[in-house]
Amino acid sequence: MAITRDDVLNWIKSYAQAIEENCEMLTDLDREIGDADHGANMRRGFRAVLEKLPSVEDKDIGTILKNVGMTLLSKVGGAAGPLYSTMFTKAGMTIGTKMEMDLNDWAQALEASTTGIAKLGKALPNDKTMLDALYPALNALSAAMGNGASVGEALQKSADAAHEGMLATIPLVARKGRASYLGERSAGHQDPGATSTYLLIKTAAETWTDC
Amino acid sequence: MKKLINKPEDVVKEELKGIELAHPDLVKVFYDPDFIVRADAPVQGKVALVSGGGSGHEPMHGGFVGKGMLDAACPGAVFTSPTPDQMLEATKAVDGGAGVLHIVKNYTGDVMNFEMAADLARDEGIEVESVIVNDDVAVEDSTWTAGRRGVGLTVLMEKIVGAAAEEGRSLKECADLARKVNGQGRSMGMALTSCTVPHVGKPSFDLPEDEMEIGIGIHGEPGRHRIKLEPADKITEMLLEPVVEDLPYKEGDEVLLFVNSMGGTPLIELYIVYRKAMELLEAKGIKVVRNLIGPYITSLEMAGMSITLLKMDEDLKKLWDAPVKTAGMRWGI
Repeated sequence: MAITRDDVLNWIKSYAQAIEENCEMLTDLDREIGDADHGANMRRGFRAVLEKLPSVEDKDIGTILKNVGMTLLSKVGGAAGPLYSTMFTKAGMTIGTKMEMDLNDWAQALEASTTGIAKLGKALPNDKTMLDALYPALNALSAAMGNGASVGEALQKSADAAHEGMLATIPLVARKGRASYLGERSAGHQDPGATSTYLLIKTAAETWTDC
Repeated sequence: MKKLINKPEDVVKEELKGIELAHPDLVKVFYDPDFIVRADAPVQGKVALVSGGGSGHEPMHGGFVGKGMLDAACPGAVFTSPTPDQMLEATKAVDGGAGVLHIVKNYTGDVMNFEMAADLARDEGIEVESVIVNDDVAVEDSTWTAGRRGVGLTVLMEKIVGAAAEEGRSLKECADLARKVNGQGRSMGMALTSCTVPHVGKPSFDLPEDEMEIGIGIHGEPGRHRIKLEPADKITEMLLEPVVEDLPYKEGDEVLLFVNSMGGTPLIELYIVYRKAMELLEAKGIKVVRNLIGPYITSLEMAGMSITLLKMDEDLKKLWDAPVKTAGMRWGI
């Protein structure tokens, strides 16, 4: 089964909604170990994305995702701006001019995004970053595909793994970003970036469950 | 939240409008993307200095745009790095053919965004060099952190390298000078209170009445240690000692001593700190040959202060004394 262009649009809208609903929670997490603005910055970015979408919604998936990436780059700021911009831009470049994609395309897109984010942020697994949700999501997706899982099942496994990865950031000592300034004091707090990333994987699984 | 604002989302735009109206002789302000350039930009044949960062640190950076200091500043949302499109447009607007120097404080977001902007500008044929400021000794510099933050030294670097560019030095000379300043300057800060980002509405961290945070940055992020409040002399010693030991500054060194308010601490208290810092430095045989005292790199309304030392030589003294005409710093003109 295929994930269509409209499914992709619905996923982006659904994520924008999730950011609205979780804005305060993300900012509160960031207050503990960062500078208390992650939710507010992501909300500003995805409000701009929602304004941008009507002008590109008749285009291919790659173009739509790249436009989301460029909008985030100019609206979010901070580190999350370039990082989330990379997430969508790399995915868009990987999927290209397709009007629908299969699970394999999605896995490749997610892998390109993850690699791009790791390169830009110069981060490794267990540094207490977005990657700690992304790597498990990617690995679980590949494993499920190898076992012949359906789209819905594979995406759910991916989201579950991202959730576990997000929770696993709690005991970690941050080595990247502003949380790293706290040293040992960053342990005991859930990473805000891993949290917003989990929401992204989760909304994909929810939106595309019947694809 | 109790603030002199209209709507949180309008804070930066309305501030920029105020700057535009107040200082038409010094600067021009552009919107969407937002940036401030000196009124006579681009200055042909002069290396242009561009900096930027989150808003909320006023007068830095917008208040330092003008003759003898910055050619452009890019303000982000409060405590949030500006974006590459702002930096690219600012770079293009001030390029006078001699190249553009980006002065970047070492924060993950600032570094990433300026890196992308520099690439885009080079793509358009503009010669760009970037210098990272990372003077905060409170952060252990290791591969296990994002590295030391850029704090108080940024102000001194913008003044000194701005004078060098005004004097006609080349892009490479300006970049080398900036790196030299970075190598010879160290800072540390502390907070008595937290601060509230307008669009967040709640204090960035909680700090009880009888406690202080040692080793803070400038974005309302907590520092390394939280301890009971001490008298000013003791706090001064707690900040100055790690700064002196880090370089280290030695007997016979000449330094610029910069005592900075985080926004909420009044001058009366800064002078109390300055007095003790002078005394401690004199006892070590370190000579204070220049100084700067006041709110220059702030964290909104946070009470607290930072101490910066910069080792001086004849060239740096001459560049420090050179004329400067900006909203936030002005002498010799």
